[in-house]
Amino acid sequence: MCVVFSFLFGLSLMHKKMEFPFPDEVLEHIFSFIQSDKDRNSVSMVCKSWYEIERWCRRKVFVGNCYAVSPRMVSRRFPEFRSIELKGKPHFADFNLVPDGWGGYVFPWIVEMAGAFPWLEEIKLKRMVVTDESLELIAKSFKKVKVLVLSSCEGFSTDGLGAIAASCKNLEELDLVDCEVDDLSGHWLSHFPESYTSLVSLNISCLVSDEVSFSALERLVGRCTNLRTLRLNRAVPLDKVADILRRAPQLVEFGTGTYAAELRPDVYSDLAGAFSSCKELKSLSGFWDVVPDYLPAIYPVCSKLTSLNLSYATIQSPELIKLVSHCPNLQRLLVLDYIEDSGLEALASSCKDLQELRVFPSDPYGVEPNVSLTERGLVAVSSGCPKLMSVLYFCRQMSNEALVTIAKNRPNFTRFRLCIIEPRTADYLTHEPLDVGFGAIVQYCKELQRLSLSGLLTDRVFEYIGKYAKKLEMLSVAFAGDSDLGLHHVLSGCESLRKLEIRDCPFGDKALLANAARLETMRSLWMSSCAVSFGACKLLGQKMPRLNVEVIDERGPPDSRPESCPVDKLYIYRTIAGPRFDMPPFVWTMEDDPSLLLS
Amino acid sequence: METEKDLNLEATELRLGLPGTSNESAKNTTHRSNKRALPEQPMSANIDTASKNCDQETAQHTKAQVVGWPPIRSYRKNCLQPKKSEAEMSGIYVKVSMDGAPYLRKIDLKVVKGYPELLKALEDMFKFKAGEYSEREGYNGSEFVPTYEDKDGDWMLVGDVPWEMFTSCCKKLRIMKGSEARGLGCVV
Repeated sequence: MCVVFSFLFGLSLMHKKMEFPFPDEVLEHIFSFIQSDKDRNSVSMVCKSWYEIERWCRRKVFVGNCYAVSPRMVSRRFPEFRSIELKGKPHFADFNLVPDGWGGYVFPWIVEMAGAFPWLEEIKLKRMVVTDESLELIAKSFKKVKVLVLSSCEGFSTDGLGAIAASCKNLEELDLVDCEVDDLSGHWLSHFPESYTSLVSLNISCLVSDEVSFSALERLVGRCTNLRTLRLNRAVPLDKVADILRRAPQLVEFGTGTYAAELRPDVYSDLAGAFSSCKELKSLSGFWDVVPDYLPAIYPVCSKLTSLNLSYATIQSPELIKLVSHCPNLQRLLVLDYIEDSGLEALASSCKDLQELRVFPSDPYGVEPNVSLTERGLVAVSSGCPKLMSVLYFCRQMSNEALVTIAKNRPNFTRFRLCIIEPRTADYLTHEPLDVGFGAIVQYCKELQRLSLSGLLTDRVFEYIGKYAKKLEMLSVAFAGDSDLGLHHVLSGCESLRKLEIRDCPFGDKALLANAARLETMRSLWMSSCAVSFGACKLLGQKMPRLNVEVIDERGPPDSRPESCPVDKLYIYRTIAGPRFDMPPFVWTMEDDPSLLLS
Repeated sequence: METEKDLNLEATELRLGLPGTSNESAKNTTHRSNKRALPEQPMSANIDTASKNCDQETAQHTKAQVVGWPPIRSYRKNCLQPKKSEAEMSGIYVKVSMDGAPYLRKIDLKVVKGYPELLKALEDMFKFKAGEYSEREGYNGSEFVPTYEDKDGDWMLVGDVPWEMFTSCCKKLRIMKGSEARGLGCVV
């Protein structure tokens, strides 16, 4: 992108100096090569005429926080967009820290766009509340919609999906990723008319009902010859998989349903045969309730696999080792900690192309470790996999020594998320805090964009982070630090920080108020169970009109307690839309003018 | 701003010196100068049995679940926990009856890993000998024949189907004796 920028910079200088600047069409054509949102925003700031030209030709709009701007503002500025991506709730909502009803409703956006943008082609939503009413309105208003991606959304049922299926004749992608859907039954699939054949990608893996309309599914798969991605839900039995695969041998990405069945040779050979006929398969997922004897059925496709999601597969290390040793081209692996250190060592020697690894806990609430998965596994992959860039790792013990080794092995990490399951766990060898270990991570991994901390940590780790993590964009902190100094180091040092989420840390008013201006350069800050007082929240709200300072407190109105009392949860985000009006009773936005304090 | 003065900006001067050399609050130094974890801090999860027996430690380690910790999504928790712990905690216990015996017994099919062990366990339990199994003739050389009731309610000869399949469909076992047994043994 640097090359593009130099070019654009030069172009803008020329444009300003010339008596007859480039015609708009030329600039528009040049801008059409600029896809990334960040670059488009930069282009629009060069000068007024570039702002104007750019806004008319922006086709993809990305709104990282649906409350940062209003639907009307977006539609006014970008009259010709075709694709919109919206994000609602803060990330910690994934772990039930954001109470139900907080917000993130998509309906007002759909209403705004329904009138003005009938040609809308793509709608991508993340952590938003989507009702059946919204889905019905989408179905009614956007006849050209091709892509509907709902990621971590909730609030709708399969009735809403039925409306989409019935009306959206041009739909190519329907992707439900980790949504909470009121799954009334599988009959909504039969709402796709028999004449409908454009499906390219269907992901229904999060649907929980036991009822699936198999015949509708099979017919749909059979007639949509462009289908590339199909992720089934757990209800689809294993003996149906062969039928489905035979109808779609062109599949590139496939997710099974339950991977368990009575062991029968005919079912097995059917399945193995069906997998063998899929010559394009690169990604597999699903694998609920795995019966290990059925795993070899996928061996024929393993050598081409680049992505494997076994994070629901409760199979033990020896079977996992056998499986990954068949997959030399694996780039992405999601797996449970049943893989153990030995499995990760095997992974490190078989899968040299590995870029992303996520290891989830099989027994997150157990006190004693139930598997032999320790820091050794992570050290092994960091040493053996030269392309490893992104890690999410749950374990029960860690040492500074291991973290330093990992950091030195893999300076190319861009995402490092470590979760030591017991809060405030010290280095198990030295009983010291893990400051030095995480310090090494930020020092050596200069391209680090995302970091999640855990274990016993003092203010020192934040000193390291503030000093070294200059490219860090997102930081997650829990049960760490000693004082406001910790927060101050991060807010004052991390120049690229956009999202900061903190829980159960002794951070209070001082650092927040001292770095108030910095908050306007970030997307958002979440702090829960910390030590920020109501008084400081009010002050921040008053001083910073371009921030929404939301106090979330289910105990009752914060002004019913002394001002020095810490608030339960605090969500601060920059916005040009002013305070929102769709808040539930337990959310208060701190007003600019103290006399207008909302309650 | 007043707050900046309070913050003691000198403290933000980055120094990688020894802990405890700055004039930070006592609270901070306790963390830094102790090499061992403080007693009130939970130790790492690799606790040995000795400390597990200590009341104070167990009080901290009984899992009063912290909301949203560890940070995993609910659908992941739902998929895992019921299946695994069910499988781990409860074995596959089936009733075993023997013709003529006054009371029934129970056997855990998870503990015996296959047919030979199952037959040995049954033989020990009821003090009999089962005879030689063959696919063609069933159990030869004994008046006792092990049978089981399957999911469909039919009485089947033990040994005909693969072990995994057997454990998943066996509802109860019955050791048949005498002429009834001979009849069953001859059925293919």
